[in-house]
Amino acid sequence: MIKKIPIWRRYDRILGADPKADIRAELRFHLDSKVEELMAQGWSLDDARKEAERQFGDIRAVQRTGEQIGEHMESRRRFKKYAAECVQDIRHTLRILRSNPAFTTVSILVLALGVGLNSAVFTVVNTMLLRPLPFPDSNRLVWFTGGKSFDAKIRAGGGLSAETYTVDVYREFQRNNRSFQSVLAFQTFYNSLQYKLTGVREPRQLDAVEVSDNFFPTLGVTPVLGRNFTAEEVVKGGRPAAILSYYFWKTEFAADPSIIGRSITINTSPSAVNGSVTIVGVLPATFDFGAVFAPGKKVDLFVPAVMDFWSTWGNTLAVVGRLKQGITVAQAQDEADRLFPSLKSQHKDWYYDYASDLFSLKAHVEGSLQRSLVVLWCAVGLILLIVCVNLSNLQLGRAAARSKEFAMRRALGASRGRIIRQLLTESLVISFAGSVVGLAMAFAILVYLSHQTSIALPLLTTIRLDFTSISWTLVTAIVVGILFGLAPAYRMSRSNIHGAIKENTAGTAGGRGQDRFRSILVISEISLACLLLVGAGLLLRSFLRILDVDLGFNPSHAAAIQTDLPPAANKDELLHRTATLKAEIDRVGALPGVEAVGIADMLPLDRNREWGLQSVGRYHAKGADTGALVYLVTPGYLRAMGMRLRAGRDFSWSDTPDTQPVIVINEAAAKREWPGEDALGKLAYATGKTPDRVIGVIADVRERGLEQNASPQIYIPMTQNSDVEGATLVVRSRIDTDTLGGGVLSALRSLNPAQPATELRPLQTFVDHSVSPRRFFVLLVTIFAGLGISLAALGIYGVISYSVTQKTQEIGVRMALGATRGLVQRAILGQTLRLAIGGLAVGFIASLGAARLIRSLLYATSPWDPFAYLVMAILLLAISLLSGYVPARRASRIEPMRALRGN
Amino acid sequence: MEKARLELVRGTLDVLILKSLFWGPLHGYAITRLIRRQSDDALLVEEGTLYPALWRLENRGLVATEWGLSDNNRKAKYYSMTNEGRRRLRADTRTWEAYAAAVAKILSATEPPAREA
Repeated sequence: MIKKIPIWRRYDRILGADPKADIRAELRFHLDSKVEELMAQGWSLDDARKEAERQFGDIRAVQRTGEQIGEHMESRRRFKKYAAECVQDIRHTLRILRSNPAFTTVSILVLALGVGLNSAVFTVVNTMLLRPLPFPDSNRLVWFTGGKSFDAKIRAGGGLSAETYTVDVYREFQRNNRSFQSVLAFQTFYNSLQYKLTGVREPRQLDAVEVSDNFFPTLGVTPVLGRNFTAEEVVKGGRPAAILSYYFWKTEFAADPSIIGRSITINTSPSAVNGSVTIVGVLPATFDFGAVFAPGKKVDLFVPAVMDFWSTWGNTLAVVGRLKQGITVAQAQDEADRLFPSLKSQHKDWYYDYASDLFSLKAHVEGSLQRSLVVLWCAVGLILLIVCVNLSNLQLGRAAARSKEFAMRRALGASRGRIIRQLLTESLVISFAGSVVGLAMAFAILVYLSHQTSIALPLLTTIRLDFTSISWTLVTAIVVGILFGLAPAYRMSRSNIHGAIKENTAGTAGGRGQDRFRSILVISEISLACLLLVGAGLLLRSFLRILDVDLGFNPSHAAAIQTDLPPAANKDELLHRTATLKAEIDRVGALPGVEAVGIADMLPLDRNREWGLQSVGRYHAKGADTGALVYLVTPGYLRAMGMRLRAGRDFSWSDTPDTQPVIVINEAAAKREWPGEDALGKLAYATGKTPDRVIGVIADVRERGLEQNASPQIYIPMTQNSDVEGATLVVRSRIDTDTLGGGVLSALRSLNPAQPATELRPLQTFVDHSVSPRRFFVLLVTIFAGLGISLAALGIYGVISYSVTQKTQEIGVRMALGATRGLVQRAILGQTLRLAIGGLAVGFIASLGAARLIRSLLYATSPWDPFAYLVMAILLLAISLLSGYVPARRASRIEPMRALRGN
Repeated sequence: MEKARLELVRGTLDVLILKSLFWGPLHGYAITRLIRRQSDDALLVEEGTLYPALWRLENRGLVATEWGLSDNNRKAKYYSMTNEGRRRLRADTRTWEAYAAAVAKILSATEPPAREA
């Protein structure tokens, strides 16, 4: 039936398939056949044609349908071919990778390193900067920072007190504003009340936060069990209630679902709650107060802030508002700018007008982190670039060795595109394999990080590898794969077919051009490593400078423990308290090995509060800074802390309520209140209506952080003033803290059986906590720089050793002609040095520019610190030479005869 | 020619095309002719539906095409059945026979079905 088309008619498709013409031809054939049939039945030609067309119907429509189907078929065919080629490429790739396990392993590991670090850091950046806070509609949450009307210097010196609000201010603002759906408040002086859980096991100190009744609803947090506080639980004398954090519920109550409604016994000092407290709710695991508001802090339970109780206190409340739908932060700021001063004019008793800066809560939380994280991100980005360059280099070296294979494929008809595709497939397969390993690595890093409670970084505990990070990793993998595969692919596909096939050794496959290209890659690697090293060097130097800062106290060989304080509402009670404190100090002081003991309400680098200090008999300009951080301490505290008295004396037990009120101040306070004079013996208003006498001046103590200069401070004896914020006992002893702890605790227990079992914490932990974010960043950047330089070294090694292999014959000839081993080594080291110096020069210039970008992260270090640059240069040269030395040594061991006979 | 023309029931065209290719490769025109003859002129396949149906079958891999010469020595596109097409034809034939038998049984019934116990 079907006859073969004669040869000559097959050529009408010589210009390639034409599906449209095929369809037309097919339909025309149909019509013609029909016409012939009709004519055979006796129709005339014209009539037959008309009849055939009539019968067929709309021929164009059929044609169009045919074309559509044809296109569809064509694209499917193409896709199939493409997929088949891909499968082929991948198979070939796997075969090749298997045949070269060393190369494969090194590439995958190097990539895993780059990609793993990248996705870990990306996840951190995503959690802390990019992702919204873990609250519904969190972009409507606004943080209030008070003290806008102070000038910047005063503000910087002021403590937490300058940024917080009184109950009255909070209530008035909440009542009168129109921008916010609701405004919440919580106590920032977390330990003003010490919570003690009794009756479950031995007395245990609790971390509690007092929050306003609308705290959880405003944030959008719903308890997983139970309910929020009710109105009657937040008023003075109301039923005491508590909401547990998920963590506390799990650890202390074994996640008992019947906990709701149960009572626990909690005592506070000074007493606000005493006795049984009903548990009314358990918070979801996703809510971590510390992660958002107080990095590193673990909160056990939340109790209602009874506003009437706090209304007599000073500025203690932190305020967060939830904006009404459609209101912007700027609009709210505008309203606040008008509202606070107008409220102040109605309330003569307010300290000041409480003008505030409003930030989105997100901005407040990320605070100063942003720049550090961006730097970190850039650092891992640089690592990834180095990884790319390195792999590119490896790939290129290998591709050169395979040039025969490619030339053969070209000769057998593979297109250039096909070769490029093969090489790209190889790099993509490697990059995917590396990414999988890298992702596992990132996962491990993140799990480790999220359990670091000693690092005071916000949201750290909420970090986890999520869908976004995984997508990011995949995108990175693809980009990296293309990036490092493209250059070698491009170069290889251009190589000369004849040259390569004729070449019977690994010889000079890629030629000089190839060498130059690889040298450029190595130079760029070195300069990238250079950038990393300089950054790490500068940050490290800043960090060392910070650790060298004179704290004003001596954290080593001292430890602190929280203790109970008896109430002291009147003078008799104060005398009783003094007696108790003295007994505690004497008892602990009598322990063997204890050098000094003292008690203070707050420790430096922990919390602080601000009162005023005004020298008597001097003119104080209106609005002048009179604030000073205030600490209530017992005699012996200054010595126990290792604070240095510059002049005068410490407090003594004979400073009583009946004697002259006395204070000790720091040098910053003395300088402000009595510039150019001796402050000792002078009078100043610090504690109330009667002036206090300055009996001592101490060296400045870093209160707020190691990087902030000391602001004026006042020390007030607990023997004369009862207005304490908790009590912490400080012990100075050369005995190890763990050994000492038991003795101290039992000494305190013997006086007060209800003394909670808290840990004796070395003072160093406060310092460590304070520097932990910076330590964290410096550590990471240093590790990254280390990796960067190792990768660069690997790159140098690769290129030099490749060139040695290539030149084996040449070296053999030279040695046969009398070149000494030293000469050969020197020549190769010289080649290495040229690369290193090239990279160094480029990197140096880039670093000079880039260093400016991290200026704000540096402490007492110039971004052009010559020491950092010098060390970087020496380090890089040394490592370069080292990695060049190995192949140089190998070259010098070449036996001329064997090399010459080699081929 | 005076016999009643039957409209093709939806979905039958494919199986009829496959069946007509069972005897060997045919071009489109020959397929219409074969169906018409085989059904004693009862079934008339419209060209407007035949060709799209053929192309779709080709697209699905049930028929293959090849250009060849027709009886009158003209270039024509010949369709032939692939193995896949052969399998499909077998399956569809079975389905159709079962279907037709069931329909016939119902239509030729003379009394209602016995009550279920």
